[in-house]
Amino acid sequence: MRNPLSERIVEIPFSGIRKFFDIAAEMTDVISLGVGEPDFDTPWHIRDEGIYSLERGKTAYTSNAGLKELKIEIAKYLERRFQIHYDYDKEMMVTVGGSEAIDVALRAMLDPGDEVLIPQPSYVSYVPCTILANGIPVIINLKEENEFRLTAEELEAAITPKTKVLIMPFPNNPTGAIMERKDLEAVAEVVKKHDLYVISDEIYAELSYLENHVTIASLPGMQERTVLINGFSKSYSMTGWRLGYACAPKVILEQMLKIHQYAIMCAPTTSQYAAVEAVRNGDADVVAMREEYDGRRRYLMHRFEEMGLQCFEPYGAFYAFPSIQEFGITSDEFATRLLKEKKVVVVPGTAFGECGEGFLRISYAYSLDKLKEALDRMEEFVTELRAKRK
Amino acid sequence: MEMREKILTFIEKNSRVDLKELAIVLGVDEVTVANELAAMEQEHIICGYHTLIDWEKTSIEKVNALIEVRVTPQRGRGFDSVAERIYNYPEVNAVYLISGGYDLLVTIEGKTLREVAQFVSDKLSTLDSVLSTKTNFILKKYKDHGTIIAEPEEDERMLVTL
Repeated sequence: MRNPLSERIVEIPFSGIRKFFDIAAEMTDVISLGVGEPDFDTPWHIRDEGIYSLERGKTAYTSNAGLKELKIEIAKYLERRFQIHYDYDKEMMVTVGGSEAIDVALRAMLDPGDEVLIPQPSYVSYVPCTILANGIPVIINLKEENEFRLTAEELEAAITPKTKVLIMPFPNNPTGAIMERKDLEAVAEVVKKHDLYVISDEIYAELSYLENHVTIASLPGMQERTVLINGFSKSYSMTGWRLGYACAPKVILEQMLKIHQYAIMCAPTTSQYAAVEAVRNGDADVVAMREEYDGRRRYLMHRFEEMGLQCFEPYGAFYAFPSIQEFGITSDEFATRLLKEKKVVVVPGTAFGECGEGFLRISYAYSLDKLKEALDRMEEFVTELRAKRK
Repeated sequence: MEMREKILTFIEKNSRVDLKELAIVLGVDEVTVANELAAMEQEHIICGYHTLIDWEKTSIEKVNALIEVRVTPQRGRGFDSVAERIYNYPEVNAVYLISGGYDLLVTIEGKTLREVAQFVSDKLSTLDSVLSTKTNFILKKYKDHGTIIAEPEEDERMLVTL
């Protein structure tokens, strides 16, 4: 029989967390700090609108780009929160989560051989999606000493004549790093100088604890070269609804929409109706959840300090990225032993790029009680490791 | 949010939180939190720290009723004096002045149906200012004090997601 598979697909590795699933599945009393989604249920008024739309029989496709009503609300929201204006009709599409938007944007923009700059550690889909779109991923290794922000120098050093797109994954999963306005301005200068495009994945925009999030698209001369990606999953705790959106200059958006039209048709209708309620009346929920995460974030940082674990202060998303270099073992070994010995799940930094070696991703999308229990166990583990090394 | 509001928002849901932990979560020092709490107790902003119990799960019998009471307000004192007469009974859990079809909503807790009925007929209805009562027995509590009484939900998220 012929090989049924595409070589290019086979060469893309599976994500590195499979084995943690397998180990944890055999155990009881496991506490996880390994989840990349909020612990809150979607606020009831949003769920209620989803249900109501079903009751009214709103079960057909929507237009390819999404419900007009929703796009109008998103445009108002972007203006209200991030001071950026988009034409809802020509520069916006509703997608199946931010994930689809990343895929579609890359496919719309890349020709074979085009290079895509991907700062790491970062979310796992940028590299495979680039490869699937015939592009060449070029990794920029971010540094702890810069709090895992992207600097203009790092960007400049990675640019070649083939560079076309820069991915901007901030606020960042897994590090919790953010880019402040001044950081973005420096990067934007380089982007404009080299005539690059930016795909800015801002799915965690609402979870910024230092100041209001700044979108790179709002800087002078940047909107015309930026695809802005955002969505409902993290800000409104709506991961399972699979709903995101992309905003981009009309020339890019039309082509993205073409792919979306052929591959997806439209984002889930029920989710779109629920999302109208979220953007229209959900601001207070976002604030309440952010406050809650912020309190947990402070608690987490305090505990790291108490157990002597080095960690830069993360100002975004719901992750911290402590260093475990003092223990002289790999992130993978640390995480595996922590799970086997103390039944706590964390994700090794290497799951998000090679430069994540020596770090762990700790999610604080958990109640304070759960965090406390997990951190007590982690503290025991760290103390034992140190004792053994002496 | 003001610090007081932050403290109240937190302890309204979890009054048993460790002071040190609360201070860390709010990003202030422990002394500040302790002082604010003491001041708010003093000012009677914080009126008590109670426990929400699902008595159904115990062997202890309890009967709760909501009683709608129509009363004659008294010259110069309005509803306050009759309300006071009512809330001084230890059987009475809560007394609210209500707008609408009746005046006072009184919640009562007793051991048996008879005990509650007796309280209404012997004590409450016989008060001079009380014109009429209507007793509604609570059959089941679904949610109380903003908390759903049913079993706590399991975390249904997968153990690891990226």
